[in-house]
Amino acid sequence: MRLLPAMKLGAVADAGQAIGTGRPGRGRVTERARAERRLAWMLCAPAVAVMALVAIYPIVYAIYLSFQRYDLRFPDDKTWIGVDNYTTILSSTDLWWQAFGITVLITVVSVAIELVLGMAVAIVMHRAIFGRGIIRTAVLVPYGVVTVAAAFSWQYAWTPGTGYLAGLLSSTNAPLTHQWQAVAIIILAEVWKTTPFMALLLLAGLSLVPEELLRAAKVDGATAWQRFWSVMVPVMKPAILVALLFRTLDAFRIFDNIYILTQGSQNTRSVSILNYDQLFTALNLGVGSAMSVLIFLATGLIAFGYIKGFGAAAPGQELKR
Amino acid sequence: MNTTPRQRVGWGAANVIVVLVAAIPVLWLVSLSFKDPSTITDGSFYPHNWTFANYRGIFDQPLFTHALVNSIAIALISTFLGVALGAMAAYAIARLDFPGKRLLVASALLIAMFPAISLVNPMFNLWRTLGIFDTWVGLIIPYMTFSLPLSIYTLSAFFREIPWELERAAALDGATPLQAFRRVIIPLAAPGVFTTAILVFLYCWNDFVFAISLTSTNNARTVPAALAFFTGASQFEQPTGSIAAAAVVITIPVIIVVLLFQRRIVAGLTAGAVKG
Repeated sequence: MRLLPAMKLGAVADAGQAIGTGRPGRGRVTERARAERRLAWMLCAPAVAVMALVAIYPIVYAIYLSFQRYDLRFPDDKTWIGVDNYTTILSSTDLWWQAFGITVLITVVSVAIELVLGMAVAIVMHRAIFGRGIIRTAVLVPYGVVTVAAAFSWQYAWTPGTGYLAGLLSSTNAPLTHQWQAVAIIILAEVWKTTPFMALLLLAGLSLVPEELLRAAKVDGATAWQRFWSVMVPVMKPAILVALLFRTLDAFRIFDNIYILTQGSQNTRSVSILNYDQLFTALNLGVGSAMSVLIFLATGLIAFGYIKGFGAAAPGQELKR
Repeated sequence: MNTTPRQRVGWGAANVIVVLVAAIPVLWLVSLSFKDPSTITDGSFYPHNWTFANYRGIFDQPLFTHALVNSIAIALISTFLGVALGAMAAYAIARLDFPGKRLLVASALLIAMFPAISLVNPMFNLWRTLGIFDTWVGLIIPYMTFSLPLSIYTLSAFFREIPWELERAAALDGATPLQAFRRVIIPLAAPGVFTTAILVFLYCWNDFVFAISLTSTNNARTVPAALAFFTGASQFEQPTGSIAAAAVVITIPVIIVVLLFQRRIVAGLTAGAVKG
């Protein structure tokens, strides 16, 4: 049910909106628009203040800290050192770039698998002749499970002796103690947990595909595959891009699964895990903050890339009618 | 639509696969949590000797009971505050016209994209200075803030669907503004607010990054963080059974709520995502 824009406000306010928004000097009508504005700002103020204080300020503070030598074991040595922390990080192939590579690998592979599986599940949910309710119920189970709990489930499943999957990859070794097998298991855990979210976003896009269009294509002799690529995918493109953007950013900050499954051993650290270790094991707040800023910038680049490169709807545009 | 037997078998198979894949990791945790120490490493999917010892054990441990209380209280308080702030902003976004609306929505969504770990470094230092490291407040603040984009977004999508003209109709019928709000608007808005509250609660309940970084004792540690600190009954014993039982305790109630309100949750998750 969508309301017409004209029904959004009371009739009087609406007239005011049509005639006088933002234009001073029109008496009663402007007074009303101004009151509306004041009310809106008052309503938004607490949320804005909280977001500015708790999200924006710490990032600015992290940028400041990243230019300091700040080792928590020697807090008195704190001093301005310019970009030294960044040079240290960016020249360490075995730590930063190793973790960065693993993070990118996990992100790309898991998001790609999720897109394919999510699309399949969405189509099953949309088209299934029977049992749609069961599928939706089942799909929401991984969504509801706490990530850490699920990660323990996967960890024990792959632990030799304890787990039902342990013998699958090799009969003698513990899969989680080998880099590539561990990465594969991390991706599996990530895909299991987040495919439902992808599927639900895609399902919402799928419901926008006009049924007549599909039927017309069928009458014209298009195969199921052609109908998928030439009718469904183009209509769903905005939904697909939004889902991909959200999931890529989410996968890039992967932390929970790796922390539980390998604790970052066997070179399975993601940048988030590395950053955590930098702070709580190396106790280096300066280098840690520089790393935080780099991760933040990388996230920004990904979002920028999706919005500029693929034409994903920029945040805020979704609200346009 | 007529269905052929082949189609029925095909869809049936697809359904069974999805259900199995979704359920097996959860059932595995349940199974582990009921195994006794002698069979926990037998690798079987079924517990051969059922026992409640793991559950009795964790509810005797302060590590778990404190964490459970922390988890519930912190998630509930954060949800209440986050949804209250979010509802005010969402009402303005959905119903009022004001300069800066686009900017507000855009910045809220940008904040949703912030990597949590980037905030942990500065917050760790700030929280220690402010004296809220390892306290409820120290976790409630980030949870309330980083769930705000979700609640603003979901609530404004719900609020835009409300037939607000009913409020005027009630006024014409002689209701006072307060009556109109209480009898007409609140019942219409309640389902959206409730759904948003569930989604926000799940976010707080699920969080691990802030929970493990901004706590250090039972004082504020939530269950996901506490799980990483579990030890066995003796130091030679793996805590597998206890961890599985604790994981089940924090998982099953949430799954039940999610399944009870599945229609609304699906609507909430997808609200706004493709509209526009």
